[in-house]
Amino acid sequence: MRSLIDLPARRASSDNVSPAHDSAIGHVTGRASYIDDLSEPSGLLHLAIGLSTRASAGLASLALDAVRRAPGVVEVLTAADIPGHNEVGAVYPGDPLLAEGEVRYAGQALFAVVATSLRAARQAIALASVEYVDRPPSLDPVEAIRQGLTVLPEHVQCRATPAPLDRTGVLADDNGTSEQRHAGPDGNWRQALDAAPHHVEGEQFIGGQEHFYLEGQIALAEPWEDDGLRILTSSQHPSEVQKLVAEVLGLPLHRIVAEVRRMGGGFGGKESQAAALGALAALAAWRTGRAVKFRMPRETDMRFTGKRHPFHNRYRIGFDDDGLIHGAEIELIGDCGHSPDLSEGVVDRAMFHADNAYYLGSARVIGHRAMTHTASNTAFRGFGGPQGMMPIENALDDIARRLGLDPLDVRKRNLYAPGRDETHYGQRIEQHLIQSLVEQLERDSDYRTRRERIRQYNAASPVVKRGLALTPVKFGISFTAAHLNQAGALVRIYTDGSVLANHGGTEMGQGLHTKVCQVVARELGLPLELVRISATRTDKVPNTSPTAASSGADLNAMAAREAALTLRSRLYAFAAKRHALAPDSLALADGELRATTLEGESFRLDWAALVQQAYMARVALFAEGHYSTPKIGYDKRAARGRPFYYFAYGAAVSEVEIDSLSGEYRVVRADILHDVGESLNPAIDLGQVEGGYIQGLGWLTSEELKWNAEGQLTTVNPSTYKIPAFDDAPIDFRVALLEGHPNSEATIYRSKAVGEPPFMLAISAWAALRDAISSIGGYRLNPRLDTPATPERVLFACQAMRESDPAKTSRVAVQAQP
Amino acid sequence: MLQFRLNGEIVEIAEVAPHESALVLLRETLKRCGTKEGCASGDCGACTVALRDPGRGPDARFESVNACILPAWQLEGLDVITVEGLAKGEALHPVQRAMVDHHASQCGFCTPGFVMSLFTLYHDPEPLDDHRLAVALGGNLCRCTGYRPIRAAALAMRETAGVVPDWIDQVRPFAAEACNDARAFHRPTTLAELDALLKRHPDARLVAGGTDLMLESTIRLADFPQVIDLTRIDALKTIEEHDGGWWVGAGVTYTQLAPLLERHYPAFARLLDRLGSQQVRNRGTLAGNVANASPIGDTPPVLLALDARLRISGGDGVREMALNDFFLDYRRTALAPGEYIQAIWLPRLGDGEQLKVWKLSKRRDDDISAVLMAIRLRLDDSYLRDVRVAFGGMAATPKRALETEAELEDRPLDEAAVAAARAAIAREFTPLSDARASSDYRLTAAGNLLERLRLQLAEPHVATEIH
Ligand SMILES: Cc1cc2nc3c(=O)[nH]c(=O)nc-3n(C[C@H](O)[C@H](O)[C@H](O)COP(=O)(O)OP(=O)(O)OC[C@H]3O[C@@H](n4cnc5c(N)ncnc54)[C@H](O)[C@@H]3O)c2cc1C
Ligand code: FES
Ligand code: FES
Repeated sequence: MRSLIDLPARRASSDNVSPAHDSAIGHVTGRASYIDDLSEPSGLLHLAIGLSTRASAGLASLALDAVRRAPGVVEVLTAADIPGHNEVGAVYPGDPLLAEGEVRYAGQALFAVVATSLRAARQAIALASVEYVDRPPSLDPVEAIRQGLTVLPEHVQCRATPAPLDRTGVLADDNGTSEQRHAGPDGNWRQALDAAPHHVEGEQFIGGQEHFYLEGQIALAEPWEDDGLRILTSSQHPSEVQKLVAEVLGLPLHRIVAEVRRMGGGFGGKESQAAALGALAALAAWRTGRAVKFRMPRETDMRFTGKRHPFHNRYRIGFDDDGLIHGAEIELIGDCGHSPDLSEGVVDRAMFHADNAYYLGSARVIGHRAMTHTASNTAFRGFGGPQGMMPIENALDDIARRLGLDPLDVRKRNLYAPGRDETHYGQRIEQHLIQSLVEQLERDSDYRTRRERIRQYNAASPVVKRGLALTPVKFGISFTAAHLNQAGALVRIYTDGSVLANHGGTEMGQGLHTKVCQVVARELGLPLELVRISATRTDKVPNTSPTAASSGADLNAMAAREAALTLRSRLYAFAAKRHALAPDSLALADGELRATTLEGESFRLDWAALVQQAYMARVALFAEGHYSTPKIGYDKRAARGRPFYYFAYGAAVSEVEIDSLSGEYRVVRADILHDVGESLNPAIDLGQVEGGYIQGLGWLTSEELKWNAEGQLTTVNPSTYKIPAFDDAPIDFRVALLEGHPNSEATIYRSKAVGEPPFMLAISAWAALRDAISSIGGYRLNPRLDTPATPERVLFACQAMRESDPAKTSRVAVQAQP
Repeated sequence: MLQFRLNGEIVEIAEVAPHESALVLLRETLKRCGTKEGCASGDCGACTVALRDPGRGPDARFESVNACILPAWQLEGLDVITVEGLAKGEALHPVQRAMVDHHASQCGFCTPGFVMSLFTLYHDPEPLDDHRLAVALGGNLCRCTGYRPIRAAALAMRETAGVVPDWIDQVRPFAAEACNDARAFHRPTTLAELDALLKRHPDARLVAGGTDLMLESTIRLADFPQVIDLTRIDALKTIEEHDGGWWVGAGVTYTQLAPLLERHYPAFARLLDRLGSQQVRNRGTLAGNVANASPIGDTPPVLLALDARLRISGGDGVREMALNDFFLDYRRTALAPGEYIQAIWLPRLGDGEQLKVWKLSKRRDDDISAVLMAIRLRLDDSYLRDVRVAFGGMAATPKRALETEAELEDRPLDEAAVAAARAAIAREFTPLSDARASSDYRLTAAGNLLERLRLQLAEPHVATEIH
């Protein structure tokens, strides 16, 4: 029989464990298109938004006639033009698409201009005249909490009276039932904390962070198919774009399609915040009947969209002579901006990570969600986890210097270990990796020798000081909103044997599509080239979760695998029957079916031939898969449970050099050992680890957001907001993946999520800066070092050290801060 | 009509507005969307393309530039290479191959820019080392990779197999029609033409590199009615050497100036490594930096410390003045309407004279100074003579610190002198607090830089700088 279509020559399957990103060639040739690169629909219009200049005010009048008359302007839209709901809040309401009656931050969208070119639309905006009735803005989150200004209620996690500890930190008696150990809502946690022999307490400000995805936010909406709309969106959450567009327009979801091929970076910034762009473009397309593109210029993007939450943290830790923690009281105030957005989850996750990798003993963690009149802060890699870890890492260094111990020894003593294995919210640590991971990194990085060398160097060097620190990361994997832990996928086999997969996840550079292709190829025994993934679209896989919480591969690759398995068993069943094969002998490998016939003879059939036979025999060659994460659940009222399916681990050693006269510094070396279970693609995973570390470094060092007294952001472009550049990455950068430790849970091929956890490895660089600064006081004093630790903050911390050093050991002539 | 050669093929465009950037021309008019916009302000490098002037003959080299702030009209007569021009079908250029092999792209949005910066390095015969890479790539931001794989690709590219389109290695001059029909973007080639144009259009904006000017269009959305381009005038592109120093023409780019600074003012050369980015230095000029009169411009304090002079032309001939008299107030200079800077005089350092230049910024590369101190001095035994101290970032203009100079002159730089100079700085300057730094930091750090100087002179074995 003639084959259905001519088959391409099949290339040999490669053994490459780390195939390149599926768009790598497109990236380097410029052929990979982002939304702004696509050929434009005819009659395309461009949209720009007018922003509030006030942080908090009544909107007395909005005069837009001059805007309407400006050259090129086709339409001007205000809240009154919205047919459905004027609301794009992701979880809770509070985010009007266009301001109505009042403004709640400087940068909020007041109106939209639609014009024949982007420049014309932007130029017209300046012609608007807006009258405000100013109200006193809330700009200080600590003060906001004092006044009860919050976007959502506080949450408290409390563990009272853990079983007594013996001197080595091992539970003397682990027979106590959990009821005993968690008696009462408040129990006597404070008693245990107060009773500890020593205490440190402190306060810290942890700055926010602008996402600075290289591709600014963008959406393109066009009328599509009888009275529907298609939205091309640079969004991590196309289903939410679809839903919010539908609500804004008052349409059912099945008339809206949202599509994402790739983003030029997301990092959480395009999770909830992309919806407003999609909705505005859709509104304009709906009103004009034409395609409308809304690409935000960088400065608009930086003013309009939310950022990583800044946090104000307080801590009080009780410990003994060995530095072992007996109790902890940690208070986290997340600056949420003007509305809830995703702040419920962000502050919860900060609380879930207040322990980082350490057993806190009797602990109480409280999280507040402060309302300030700033852009609504949102998801950003780590989702509050990084901010939540900062107090305990600060405290461990404090404890070590108080006791004259090496901070690494104090850290190691407090790591979770068998017997000291329950978090302050009641989840048990089941895979004990962190102890051995830290020890391996300590050896591999030559920590002790370098520590000694640095001490000697600092003793002889009055101005330039070096610092060293090792910090661990334990990061919980799963969405804390349980229902999001599901995914769907659709796999199709065409008659030439090529395979197309779709799933609910989006590609923003993390290599998710590559990993999912690898999984499908592996299940079907195919060379990778035969499997392709096309754009994520809400009409292919519906009701998807955001690609966030590091969950992309965990969820979507599992769903795709389910689909592939279904297809595989259909093909096996068909082949077994057609060719009289022994059912348990069937295998798909290297692009062919291998089996033994019932007569015991070996049998081989090329994949494409198998597919064609199956098609002719009317076997369905497409299948869907669905996956939901097992075992998880957190009871918010009891503040106890298992929010996370598993934990991912890592540790980093950073060495820095600071100039104590200027505050300038450099990371001279970084060593990282990171746990990704059984890696799906080591090269992609290493890329996530390295990129996460550098992005975290930016957060903690050079990336400074500043607002003026009126609540206007003043760092609104890359000229004043500095993400790490090429030379900020240490040349001596030694990164390894932990080997031989598959995930103890049944994740996709026993791998672990890798998107977020490495971000927090950069805390080691901040701790190393503090270490260098504290060398000025002979390692006896603890500098306060808020973040980002800019040269300015480092200089003033050095100066504070010199002033409070009782021994006045410095050989450098400095003067008091003027 | 605008004519240039894009990836080996001549392109002609009938109409281009004077404010229009090369990036808008490429993406919107020519639909070559491989080149990306990440900021439209020259800060991210996503829009990097390579330019070569075939008129320079066999020595012509590729230079990286930010298309987003390059006036489109300045493409005229040039070879313009964009990321689309490198691969031949499926055959990748070695730079591209190395980037793929080393997993150096994640989201890919920065990648075309990196490819083009690396492309210019690939086709430049000089050896690569970490310093050179840092200097060449400081203007390309990547938010995803952490740069390690890009560094690896850069170090491997010359040993990577790949295909280089044959036209890339041939410098073929082409006759761009000398068409002066650009009605609003004027391209004089002689000083006489320039003078005539200035008479006719006294309000025209002058553009050299455009690295300041163009932001008025791309960020503040200004349309320029008339622009006069200084980059085609040979007479402005020379560096004249004299016994006492050099006249540096207003059309000399930082990149062209670098070898002179390297030989005669190494501290200035180190500053140049950190001024903007390679893309900015390939276009920007000393004269533009001076004329722009920003209080945080990097070169004016250095030039003040060197006692630089300006040759100013326009209206009724040529005059000379000390740079010290040039900056009148915030962004106000001694230039009269219709006048322009023709050249800048760099005095040669005398025997025993030293120049120190220190720039403090939040980020080492491609950042604007929070504080910049330039100091020139002669050491006479341990006594300081002929001291010049100038600061950027400390006042409304780049400014000499006269009282501070007086405190330091004719005395050894000991701790007492540093304390006296510190006090003088505090009397002379009341810096602002802004997004880059607080007033406190600026004052404290400025004083501390004198302590750094003291240590470098008195205890040279002590490490006082991070490299
Ligand atoms: C990303 C980026 C980073 C930067 N980093 C730095 C930095 O680190 N340090 C720093 O100092 N600057 C920096 N700049 C600013 C700028 O690059 C410099 O000021 C540069 O020297 C300007 O030169 P230009 O030739 O590009 O000037 P242009 O933009 O062409 O001109 C600047 C102004 O001067 C006028 N002008 C130009 N030439 C003359 C002349 N001969 N006579 C009279 N007027 C003239 C123009 O009309 C215009 O008003 C940066 C700019 C960018 C975009
Ligand atoms: S777009 Fe960022 S430098 Fe040009
Ligand atoms: S790969 Fe995403 S910005 Fe570089």
